[in-house]
Amino acid sequence: MKIGVFVCHCGSNIEATVDTASVAGTARAFPDVAYATDVMYSCSEPGQDGIIQAVREKGLDGVVVASCSPRMHETTFRRAVERAGLNRYMLEMANIREHVSWIGKDREANTNKAAELVRLAVEKLRRNRALFPKSFDITRRVLVIGGGVAGIQAALDCADGGLDVVLVEKTSSIGGKMAKLDKTFPTVDCSSCILGPKMVDVAQHERIALHAYAEVEEIGGYVGNFEVKIRKKATFVDWSLCTGCGLCMEKCPSRKSHDAFNEGVGLTTAINIPFPQAIPKKALIDARFCRQFLKGKCGVCAKVCPSGAIRYEMEDEVITEKVGAIVTATGFDLFDHTKYGEYGGGRYPDVITSLQYERLLSASGPTGGHVKRPSDGREPRTVVFVQCVGSRDTSVDRPYCSGFCCMYTAKQAILTKDHIPESQSYVFYMDIRAPGKLYDEFTRRAMEEYGARYVRGRVAMIYPKGDRLLVRGADTLMGEQVEIEADLVVLAVGAEAAAGSPALAEKLRISYDKYGFFMESHPKLRPVETNTAGVYLAGACQGPKDIPSSVGQGSAAASKVLGLFSRQKLESDPQISQVNQRRCVGCGKCALTCPFGAVKMIDVRGEPKAEVIETVCQGCGICAVTCPQGAVQLEHFTDNQILAEVNALCQS
Amino acid sequence: METIDMRKAYDPAFVAQVQAESGQNLSLCYQCGNCTAGCPYTFVYDIPVSQMMRLVQTGRREKALSARSLWLCASCESCTTRCPNEIDVARVMDVMRHMARREGYVSEPAVKTFWDCFLDSMRRHGRVFELGLVAAFVARTGRFWTDMDLGPRMLPKGKLSFLPHGIQGKDEVRKIFERFAARSGS
Repeated sequence: MKIGVFVCHCGSNIEATVDTASVAGTARAFPDVAYATDVMYSCSEPGQDGIIQAVREKGLDGVVVASCSPRMHETTFRRAVERAGLNRYMLEMANIREHVSWIGKDREANTNKAAELVRLAVEKLRRNRALFPKSFDITRRVLVIGGGVAGIQAALDCADGGLDVVLVEKTSSIGGKMAKLDKTFPTVDCSSCILGPKMVDVAQHERIALHAYAEVEEIGGYVGNFEVKIRKKATFVDWSLCTGCGLCMEKCPSRKSHDAFNEGVGLTTAINIPFPQAIPKKALIDARFCRQFLKGKCGVCAKVCPSGAIRYEMEDEVITEKVGAIVTATGFDLFDHTKYGEYGGGRYPDVITSLQYERLLSASGPTGGHVKRPSDGREPRTVVFVQCVGSRDTSVDRPYCSGFCCMYTAKQAILTKDHIPESQSYVFYMDIRAPGKLYDEFTRRAMEEYGARYVRGRVAMIYPKGDRLLVRGADTLMGEQVEIEADLVVLAVGAEAAAGSPALAEKLRISYDKYGFFMESHPKLRPVETNTAGVYLAGACQGPKDIPSSVGQGSAAASKVLGLFSRQKLESDPQISQVNQRRCVGCGKCALTCPFGAVKMIDVRGEPKAEVIETVCQGCGICAVTCPQGAVQLEHFTDNQILAEVNALCQS
Repeated sequence: METIDMRKAYDPAFVAQVQAESGQNLSLCYQCGNCTAGCPYTFVYDIPVSQMMRLVQTGRREKALSARSLWLCASCESCTTRCPNEIDVARVMDVMRHMARREGYVSEPAVKTFWDCFLDSMRRHGRVFELGLVAAFVARTGRFWTDMDLGPRMLPKGKLSFLPHGIQGKDEVRKIFERFAARSGS
């Protein structure tokens, strides 16, 4: 075998603390090494051409590149050796940047360590063999989880691109948080007016199958061929018959049900269509409040329904869908402000969240768009906004900035003045975060044109004084303690991961951070991909995000799915486990440990044997280390290859 | 108002000392002002507590240690409770109060005297002897009329005994004082 070694300077990243020329010199003495050199930038075009030229001219059979992490450039160099006519698995990388030059300053020690890593790579490469991927068919359908604005955008873009889309939404209508907003920043255009048409498009698109009031129960399979079980929760209304006329809501006698769409501001009926623009516009019975369920008698809705759609005996139904890719757009939840005892912990009716205030401002809200205090229905004159409630606060384990609260608070201050011209708004803020097109101008407008008084400081306590609220805070620019008697206090609650996010992430086999937000594949360069092939992210499930960013990610995820499906067939990674059935004793330990269910036990002439399902195997290697017989081997990382590296390290 | 030369005014030893003695990382403070907002004594302070924190961040030994606020702080720990970054602000104030005492920056001598009298009384009797404390305080400060109106109301309730109450373990309390004196070399 003839091996070529290329030791990269990476500019000064490696060369500053590693003598690359000396490493190349040392490498020439390693077994089978026919050629070794140092290169300024091996990933650059001339660098890659140099590798290709050397392979051709020296007749090399394998290449070692000693440079950065394979996470960075393995694909680059695999393509290069392939262009040179070799199999792409005849490449090994020695990571002498992250593992050597960046972490040590001693040039001599670094040079020695780099040479040792090259020796390991050479020893492994001597035992490499050509591997060939297999190709398999793709199910050209996509599952979108979550019907907020990010999920809607992803679903529409995929469907417009010619894909069949399965859209699963947890609540009874799509629209998400955006549907609850009155206006949007920085344009102050009506939220439901711009979202409504998109929601209608979803309903009418022939390629989109919408499952509202449904949740993903189980996900099996792999990129290109997922099998998803979806639980369609019982609505107690046959949606194929329900016309959304709303007669049941008019007659329902149980009028004290929790109004989730209106964030608990006001009450609603047990049978309910959440809002006029709901998609699908279908009624749903909340069994926690329905008299038929609680007392066993009522049946008013069943009597009045003109289409006879009520089904009290309905049960959950689990359906199975086959898809080739998944976009998760499960959004966010709001911080629970009752954790702040000093702001009343939820005891004061006139201390409300920003989203509750949004419902008070909205014409489709419980007050018809008239701002009234929840306690006595009076119109507030002095409104105090408190920012960073559950943001940038380590003491409640929310150290991150939620990003959009500064903007929606400015918007709400502007809308307050629009609704009640004689009102005065105060905004307690720490810093104004307005990095976006026309964003800072917008917050300035709240102050300059609408006269909102911004106070730089946090609020320490809120307590009742008569029928008003005393807000005690600080103005750190003046260095003084200040207080304001307010009629209404609006808490700008931050974003947190949607309830159940970790559980969903585990079903999808994707990572999540300590707050429950899903992890992207790369924070800058792969923002909507995950580390699980075929699973993509959109919107605030990845981290707090405003509407433009969520829509952008929805489109980005859709383009990733369309790109994936543009291929005729997908290639499987050949770095997977193989069972040597002559050595297998059929103990079944590999099948038990496999986290992907990729090992199945089969019967070979009356004896149990393990077999790997090639398309399901992710190449993690757990089965290989579990097998007591050494019968399972992970291709490209066989015991012989790894032991050769260990030997090289221990015997040098 | 004079212009502060940020480099010259920064006393790194002061910052390091406050951090070491308080065990608090002062760079965690992002000046939200919640300590000041919650502080019940801001009304008598010359420098609000959030700005005291800022003075430490900017290494202003002189200005921080001569602040009257240090001596008017009641150690109620509202600031510590409110701090979103979980800084023990009251501890920082306490550390600076000790530093001010050691380095002769006492800007409210009456408060310091009261505390000295309180501690003397503790050392002697194992617990505070109220009338003795008042007498010592008045003797050292000459502030005869301070809280004079409270005397007639406390007397009938038995709050101002004419003789000190002894406690069990008076020696142990004295030993605490001795141990502290030995360790701090004062």
